[in-house]
Amino acid sequence: MNLTTTVLGQTYQLKSMKEVLAKANEEKSGDQLAGIAAEDAKERMAAKLILSDLTLADIRNNPLLPPEKDEVSRVIENAINEKIYGEIRNWSVAELREYVLRQDTGNDQIRRISKGLTSEMVAACTKLMSNLDLVQAAAKVEVVTHCNISIGQRGVLSGRAQPNHPTDNIQGIKASLFEALSYGIGDAVIGINPVIDSADSVKSILLATKEVMEKWSIPTQNCVLAHIKTQMKAIRQGAPADMVFQSLAGTEDGNRAFGIDVALLDEADELIAREGTGTGPNLWYFETGQGSELSAEAHYGIDQVTLEARCYGLARKYKPFIVNTVVGFIGPEYLYDSKQVIRAGLEDHFMGKMQQIPMGVDVCYTNHMKADQNDMDNLAVLLAAAGVNYIIGAPMADDCMLNYQSTSYHDIATLRETMRLRPAPEFERWLNRMGLMDNGRLTPLAGDPTLFM
Amino acid sequence: MNPSLELEQFVDRVMVELERKFGSDTLTDDPKSESVSMEVKGAVSANASTLTTIKVPKPKWQEGLAELIESTPARIGVWRTGTRPLTKEMLKFRCDHAAAIDSIYGEVNEQILSRFDLFTVETRYGNTENYLKRPDMGRIVTAAGEELIRVKCRSHPQVQVVVSDGLSANAIDANLPDVYPSLLDSLEAYGLRAGTPFFVRGGRVAVMDHIGELLEPDVLVLLIGERPGLVSSRSMSAYLCYRPRKGTVESDRTVISNIHPGGTPPVEAGAYIGTLVHKMLEQKTSGIHLDL
Repeated sequence: MNLTTTVLGQTYQLKSMKEVLAKANEEKSGDQLAGIAAEDAKERMAAKLILSDLTLADIRNNPLLPPEKDEVSRVIENAINEKIYGEIRNWSVAELREYVLRQDTGNDQIRRISKGLTSEMVAACTKLMSNLDLVQAAAKVEVVTHCNISIGQRGVLSGRAQPNHPTDNIQGIKASLFEALSYGIGDAVIGINPVIDSADSVKSILLATKEVMEKWSIPTQNCVLAHIKTQMKAIRQGAPADMVFQSLAGTEDGNRAFGIDVALLDEADELIAREGTGTGPNLWYFETGQGSELSAEAHYGIDQVTLEARCYGLARKYKPFIVNTVVGFIGPEYLYDSKQVIRAGLEDHFMGKMQQIPMGVDVCYTNHMKADQNDMDNLAVLLAAAGVNYIIGAPMADDCMLNYQSTSYHDIATLRETMRLRPAPEFERWLNRMGLMDNGRLTPLAGDPTLFM
Repeated sequence: MNPSLELEQFVDRVMVELERKFGSDTLTDDPKSESVSMEVKGAVSANASTLTTIKVPKPKWQEGLAELIESTPARIGVWRTGTRPLTKEMLKFRCDHAAAIDSIYGEVNEQILSRFDLFTVETRYGNTENYLKRPDMGRIVTAAGEELIRVKCRSHPQVQVVVSDGLSANAIDANLPDVYPSLLDSLEAYGLRAGTPFFVRGGRVAVMDHIGELLEPDVLVLLIGERPGLVSSRSMSAYLCYRPRKGTVESDRTVISNIHPGGTPPVEAGAYIGTLVHKMLEQKTSGIHLDL
């Protein structure tokens, strides 16, 4: 394995696969915080050059976190199809990038090689791709999933209705949900982040959302994004949950900080299949985001792009209905400004799709980050072009409970009209029946939440 | 607070008042109606704060719309032009973003700290810019601070209360005067004894672990300013942990977030924190292991 190269007259000798992968990243404050980023632009290019010539076998044979030491590594390793891996093991990372971008490489070809790729190989490829590369390659991949309805089809842009309320007030949650529905938003999920992480609270929100779904025959699915243990307790007490939710990290220790491990996820997986109200087969909702492992001091000196890819490797085991990176939520210490958030959003979406994940993105920022709503407009358009399965709908993009800004009900409606995208087919038929949409465009009735009172 | 923003909210309220009086069908963004509303400035009652502006032109249910809008601080019933927000609504959002950014760079009022006898220590944060980029430095109290804590604080307290500005100094100014006394009352009602409280400038949540090492409390309560949002740039969180030490993980902490007048009311929050502390001492655990 050659870890030496010369850039503009200067010779660089890197020490390990871990170092090559970290230094090959585009600039991120999180890698700098971890003390693993490239010193300057030249060293970054040296790392990219070295990486481009490494083979997929080099990556697999030099594990960053050995399977014996980490269960996320084991999940990823166990999922590899050895025959397909055998076909591509001698490809360099440069060749992987070029294969993905070839005109005769389409959805089926990517789906096939994805069975032979580890998360680390996908991350490596990402580091050699430009933003437009990431858009074009991801747009080739179609990942369709089904909970109560199907989403993810080519030409479909779904939205999560996120009607959060600062005190979990049921009337307030419903009010915001009605607004979402009146803009045609909610086909990905009606998903609420609760303030109070208790089984009773989760149950009452699930009951309330289910009641609205049944009253208006809305073809979608509900979910309350409490800790998995709380949701399990609520489900065992009879709460109607179509899906279960959990945040994931890319290392076993990172997941421990979230209070989860693979055994617990397996248990929840069994429970939602047996006692959930969703049709399936896809009954999970996961969220991820670059930086969460470092935040939990569970990163092992591995860069945040690679760790993020590993989250998707873990998610894949559970055949999720939806997964989204909460790209700008974790803070400026990981993604400092809009340039870094936009890059990370495109990376995460691509890395998820490359691992056959039904990838959405919470296009978002916090108020202590150097970014604003215009940057979110930009990223949302890029992701719509990249074929993102869904984005988040919060009232006027302002989440009054989580205290951050995402994308709005208006934004999703606008992206659909501008980019010629549609809601999920079953949901669109429902919107047509309700008189809210006609030929893929909102009608004059749209925007009136009292339609659902 | 931005004076022009207050003015705009005031104008919105007046317009609703007018609408109720004259029963106009919809409100417009017509500048003329603003000038009309300014003339009746003195006529609006002080409790007009619950009034809301109706922007949806022909709602299916007019009264219902006001009910929906009043049930949440979320920006709903905002209407649209095409698929985009109306101009004033969009500008209001931008004003609120400007206010949130300002609150990150504020300082906690010294008078409030002295009123509750809180002495001050600092973390290694240095300055705001560095604080944002280096959360690790906000988790460690400076050597001088360590010394001060050792000298001034009772060690091994049953309950240690710590206050920190975190990402919003305004949150402490706005909520501590209500939360802190009700927390002390609640602890007293449960017969619990609190140690010597203090203030940490430039703190992150995990500074609890360092303080836990220094003082070894049974339960540590950290009242800290949250990352400011648009609706509330003054929201505070309470983080509680049973025997916090180096290496404590996030899921071992219990959090009550959204403490502000529009969220979890500060006085209630104080009382609830006391109840949680009591449960933690009973069950000898916290976070996801705590049975509520």
